[in-house]
Amino acid sequence: MNAAAKPQAKGQAKTEAAAPERKPVLRVQDLSVHFSDHVGHLFSRTTRTLKAVEGISFELYGGETLGIVGESGSGKSTLARAILGLVKPRRGRVLWMGEDLVQLEEEEMRARRKDIQVVFQDPVASLNPRMTAGDIIAEPLRTFYPHMANLQVQERTRGMMKMVGLLPNQINRYPHEFSGGQCQRISIARSLVLNPKLIICDEPVSALDVSIQAQIVNLLRSLQKKLGLSLIFIAHDLSVVRHISDRILVMYMGRAMELAQRDDLYRKPLHPYTNALIKSVPIPDPDLAHAARRENWLTGDMPSPFNPPPGCVFHTRCPYAVNRCHADIPALRRLEHGDWAACHRAEGLDLSVGDG
Amino acid sequence: MQLPPKETLLAMAATETADDDPFAAALAQEPVRGRSLWSDAWHRLLKNRAAVTSGVIMIVMVLMVIFGPMLSEWSGDYTDWDHTAAPPSLETGHWFGTDAVGRDIFVRTLEGGRISLLVGVVATLVSLIIGVSYGAIAGYYGGSTDKLMMRIVDIIYALPFMFFVILLMVVFGRNILLIFVAIGAVNWLDMARIVRGQTLGLKNTEYVEAARACGVGHWAIIRRHIVPNLIGVVMVYVTLTIPQVILVESFLSFLGLGVQEPMSSWGALVNDGAQDMESAPWTLAFPAAFLTITLYCFNYIGDGMRDALDPKDKS
Repeated sequence: MNAAAKPQAKGQAKTEAAAPERKPVLRVQDLSVHFSDHVGHLFSRTTRTLKAVEGISFELYGGETLGIVGESGSGKSTLARAILGLVKPRRGRVLWMGEDLVQLEEEEMRARRKDIQVVFQDPVASLNPRMTAGDIIAEPLRTFYPHMANLQVQERTRGMMKMVGLLPNQINRYPHEFSGGQCQRISIARSLVLNPKLIICDEPVSALDVSIQAQIVNLLRSLQKKLGLSLIFIAHDLSVVRHISDRILVMYMGRAMELAQRDDLYRKPLHPYTNALIKSVPIPDPDLAHAARRENWLTGDMPSPFNPPPGCVFHTRCPYAVNRCHADIPALRRLEHGDWAACHRAEGLDLSVGDG
Repeated sequence: MQLPPKETLLAMAATETADDDPFAAALAQEPVRGRSLWSDAWHRLLKNRAAVTSGVIMIVMVLMVIFGPMLSEWSGDYTDWDHTAAPPSLETGHWFGTDAVGRDIFVRTLEGGRISLLVGVVATLVSLIIGVSYGAIAGYYGGSTDKLMMRIVDIIYALPFMFFVILLMVVFGRNILLIFVAIGAVNWLDMARIVRGQTLGLKNTEYVEAARACGVGHWAIIRRHIVPNLIGVVMVYVTLTIPQVILVESFLSFLGLGVQEPMSSWGALVNDGAQDMESAPWTLAFPAAFLTITLYCFNYIGDGMRDALDPKDKS
């Protein structure tokens, strides 16, 4: 795109990528979303501010998948909603094809929505129970092409159903007649029907059981390959994200902790929080789990988001914290292999995970 | 905005329609008809005997008040001097008897039923239309719009109902239309509150967010996603409001603020009958029975609908 983006694009070109061209389609710059809340009564009212997302920046390339992980409450979903324009960011820019979506008027934004679609976590709740599968999938079409002939809409809807592995003769069924996995397929079909360039998947498999999770993840991957989509894939556990992502952004309390190539992140996490997340992935074999007996030190709760700790937000739970971590906020810095981490001690720590 | 090229669309639809497609067989089939939540609820309602019986009685009742008076040789405002305060009798043609001035109770009860049911249905419809749009808008837009709109509701709510009615009567004179207006003007407040509460819950559901993310406009969201999901609650409330409105009208008529002679309503007839209760009990008994049966039926239908539409019950 522009000159500034080029060096980085080159740096990443050597790692295997889904798409040949390396142009960022989406650039998020210093995005912050704050929610305020009034507490107290009429006469002594104070406003608390919750920094749900604070200073997140990243780039997403055509055909690439960015995984976003973090515990519940780390701001992953809020980040997704801010990119989609469903919540107003306090600060920052969301550049889609070079155009700042945050600045757009509602009507202008509506036209851009054709390119960016979303799949939500709860497959049943994200479908209107009073509409048939066909109507749900066709809704974006009817919104953007109100004059499209019924027959064409039908044809397209059936095509989408087939593409996501649903029987097109189920077109008149209602969401409560489908299983969770099938409902998620309907959601995916709805998000694909306009030929978008980016799909944001907000924990699309968290509510599904494990065998179905794999089906949905594989479906997303094959669709991505077929259609050249970019994906932002949000999840709270690393095992799912590992399967699908090219790069991974780790978030904690609304801040970026690490942004790294997938293989680098699993082999040698740069941030202690990433390390903790990796170690907390359960091992299905009890013997192995016992043998590993890894100290799982991600204990305690996240601090109150209304009152985040000073310095590094993770220092209250970090075993490597030193005095500096209590005082200075670490910036997201570029480290080895072009991976980024926000940790003062990133260079000094060796958090390599055995064979990964 | 341009339509995707037709070839792409066709190609999409046509991809993999080859013979090795595992879906090929299913593709050839006719689309399966889905069972909507409505048809589920309808089937549950049909299994509810009390509701079905009540529904049938109400249909008969409506047909009776519309066509019943034509069956009788008498008209509602005709005074039969030969039979004043006459007991029910098949011979005279006064099947339900006559009142103190010789008017046929059968005809008057049915004609009164027209007014009572009309008041019930029209006032409820008025409150339904105002209440649903008002509540859905307040709930959907939220924030200061919501606050302002709901404070207005609170203020109107604080006016004593009878005071409000008497005020209207004094200003505009007695008029049947005023009863619709007065009852409708008070009843929509409840409806608006119920609808607003429901909307607040619905607007944060993921399907509404998904619709917003798809670029669906606000009005389309309210129309397509909010209102259809409110209808269940609203319908139950409507069936329970109709008898309530009929009662309120009866009460107003009982106080002499309702419909005026020669028109009548069940409430007015019960009032008249109550005065002759000792000498001519039939003047009270028939209108009261019709009123009671109607109220019971609406309540049973409302209960049945609530059970049928209860989302917890579906699986």
